[in-house]
Amino acid sequence: MIRFAWYQFRPQAAVAFGPLAVIAVILAATGPHLVHLYDTAVGPCAVRDDCPAAVAAFIDTDSTLQSAVKLVITVLPYLIGVFWGAPLAARELETGTFRLAWTQGITRTRWLAVKLGVVGLASLLLAGLLSLALTWWYSPIDRASGYPWGEFAQRDIAPVGYAAFAFALGVTAGLLIRRTVPAMAATLAVLVAVQFAFPLWVRSHLIAPVQTSVPLNAASITGVGVVARDGRFWQVMASVHLPGGWIYSSYVTTSAGLPLSTEPATQACGGDSSYRACLAHIATLHLRQVVTYQPASRYWAFQWYETAIYLAVAILLAGFCAWWIRRRRSAGFTIRRQYTSPRAPVLRALAGQGAGPRAPREPG
Amino acid sequence: MTAVIEASGLGKRYGRRWALRDCTLSVPAGRVVGLVGPNGAGKTTLLQLAAGLLAPTSGAITVLGGRPADGPAQLGRVGFVAQDTPVYAGLSVAGHLRMGAWLNPAWDGELAERRIRQLGLDPGQRGGSLSGGQRAQLALTLAIAKRPELLVLDEPVASLDPLARREFLQGLMEVVAEHGVSVVLSSHLVADLDRVCDYLLVLAASQVRVAGEVDELLASHHRLSGPRREAGTLPAGQEVIEESHAGKQSTFLVRTRDPILDPAWTVRPVSLEDLVLAYMSQARDATRARRPGLEIAS
Repeated sequence: MIRFAWYQFRPQAAVAFGPLAVIAVILAATGPHLVHLYDTAVGPCAVRDDCPAAVAAFIDTDSTLQSAVKLVITVLPYLIGVFWGAPLAARELETGTFRLAWTQGITRTRWLAVKLGVVGLASLLLAGLLSLALTWWYSPIDRASGYPWGEFAQRDIAPVGYAAFAFALGVTAGLLIRRTVPAMAATLAVLVAVQFAFPLWVRSHLIAPVQTSVPLNAASITGVGVVARDGRFWQVMASVHLPGGWIYSSYVTTSAGLPLSTEPATQACGGDSSYRACLAHIATLHLRQVVTYQPASRYWAFQWYETAIYLAVAILLAGFCAWWIRRRRSAGFTIRRQYTSPRAPVLRALAGQGAGPRAPREPG
Repeated sequence: MTAVIEASGLGKRYGRRWALRDCTLSVPAGRVVGLVGPNGAGKTTLLQLAAGLLAPTSGAITVLGGRPADGPAQLGRVGFVAQDTPVYAGLSVAGHLRMGAWLNPAWDGELAERRIRQLGLDPGQRGGSLSGGQRAQLALTLAIAKRPELLVLDEPVASLDPLARREFLQGLMEVVAEHGVSVVLSSHLVADLDRVCDYLLVLAASQVRVAGEVDELLASHHRLSGPRREAGTLPAGQEVIEESHAGKQSTFLVRTRDPILDPAWTVRPVSLEDLVLAYMSQARDATRARRPGLEIAS
C-alpha cells in the first residue's frame, strides 16, 4: 500500500517539490551575499558608530525576495491543507472510487493509515525543508534585527507543526464533508481562523511571562506628558532595553507601586518649567519601571511548545479519521452527486486529479 | 451445496429508511447467480454488504464462511465490481494494474496483462478517458486478477451499449470457465442474465421471491390459457404466480413439479423474462395489498 500511495501521490509531490527546489536554488545563490553584506556593513558598525543606520539598511536588503519567500512559507500550510489534505478522502468518496480502493486486499483503516503516513510525511518534509532553507537564508537579517518573535511563525520548526495540522484538518474535512471543493473551502476557513487566533490568544499564554521592576533610569525616559487639562496629572514614558525580549507590557509606577497617572503634577513639570528641571524632579521621585515580558532565551521553548501543540492536534485528527472511517461503515458512504462546474486545470493538477470527473449515480 | 453468501435477518438502515430489511437468503457456490429485482429492492445494498463496504444494521451476513471485509485475507477472497465501475480518473490502465498487484497478495499479473492486451486497451491511457465499456472491462480485470473465490458484480453492464455489454459478459463467461469462480451478478437486463446465469434469485422489497436453477425454474413454470376459471379451482400442486382474465378466457402462470394433465389448458413454456416479471409484479401486488392506503411507486 505504501508503494501505491506514493505512486498515486507522485504528481502532487512533483508539483510541490519542484518549486521547492527552485526556491532552494534561489536562496542558495543569494544567501552568501547576505552573509558577506552582514560581515562588511553590520559587523564593524560599532567601530564606525553608525549601527542603527547600517542595521536598518541591511534589513531592507533584497526586500522583494524577502517578501516573496515570506509569502511562500506563510501560505504553505494552506496549500497543503487545501490541495493535499482535503481531496485525500473527499475525492474517493465523491467519485465513488472508494468502492474500488476498499475492496482490494487491504482494510480501509490500513488504506487510510498509509495515505495519512505518506502524504503527511511529505507535508512535514516540505514544510521542514522550506523552513530550514528560509531560516538559513534569513539568519544574517535575523541576527541584525535581534528580535526573533516577529518572524516566529516563519522560522525553525513551527512551520512543520502548521503543515501537519493543516494536512490532518484537510483530511478530516474531506472525510466529513465528502465533497472536494466544499472540503477545501472548509479547510481554508478553519485554518485562517486558527492561524489568526493562535498567536493572538494562545501563544502568549504558553509560558507565564516574567515581570521585572527596576528603578527608572533617567536616560531611558522617552517622554513626559501632562494628561489632564488642568495639569494635575502626568505620565512618564520610558523605553525598555531587553535585547530580543518579547514585551507584553511596560509601565511606570511610583515607588509605592501605584500607577503614576494618579500622581499630582508638580510645578517642576507643569507650566513653563524646563524639561531638564522636570527630569531632575522625576529623579527624586524614585519611580520604577515594571516590565512584563518573555526573555529571548525562551524562543526555543515557545517553538517547541507551539509545534508540539499543532502536531498533537494533527495526531488527534488523524486518530479521529481512523475511527470515523471504521464507524462510518455502519452508516455507509453514500455517493453524493458530483459537482459539475469545470475546475481550472491548474487546480486539478495541484490536487492531483488528471482528467475530468465522472458523475456516479446513487446506489439503488 | 455450500453457500457463498448466507444472510439471515439482514437489515441495513440509512437514517430512518430501510434499504434492506429482514433479508434471509443463501447463494450457492460454483454458480453464476443472477440477482434481479425492482429498483429499491435492496440489491446494491445487499451486494455492498457482501463486499464489506457496508456493515449491517441488523442480522448477519456470511461470505465464504467469513465476515465481509474482516481483514485483508477476507477482502482478497472477494472480487467486487461496483455500480458504474469506478476507476481512478488520473491513473493509467497500467497504474491500475500496479495498484492491483500491490494491494492484493494473490494477484495474477499475467492474467491481468493478457486480458488488457486482448481487450486492446492502451496501458498508458488514463482511467478518466476510457469509454464506459473499457472502464467496466478494466474494473472486471482488476476484480478477477486478484483471483477471488467469489466475484460480486453490481449492475456492471447497466450503462453499456449492447455490444460492450456482450463483450463484457463474454469476458465474464471466459473467466468463469477458466477459473471456476462463483459469481453473483445483479442486473435489470434479464436477457443478459439469461445468457450468462445458471441460477436466478429474484429479490423484491428485501425478500427472496424465487430462487433456483434457471433450467429447473423454466421447467417448472408454465403459462396456462383456457376457459375462464378462478385461481382457487386449480389443483393443489399448482402455485399461481400470475393470473389474468379477459372475457371468457383465463391465463395463469403457475409453478408446479407435476405434469399439466387438464386437457382444457393450452400449455406454453415461459421465458426467463416472463418469469422474472411475474414474480416482480406478484411482489408489488402483495405490497400494495398490505398497504392499501399508500401509493406505491413502481
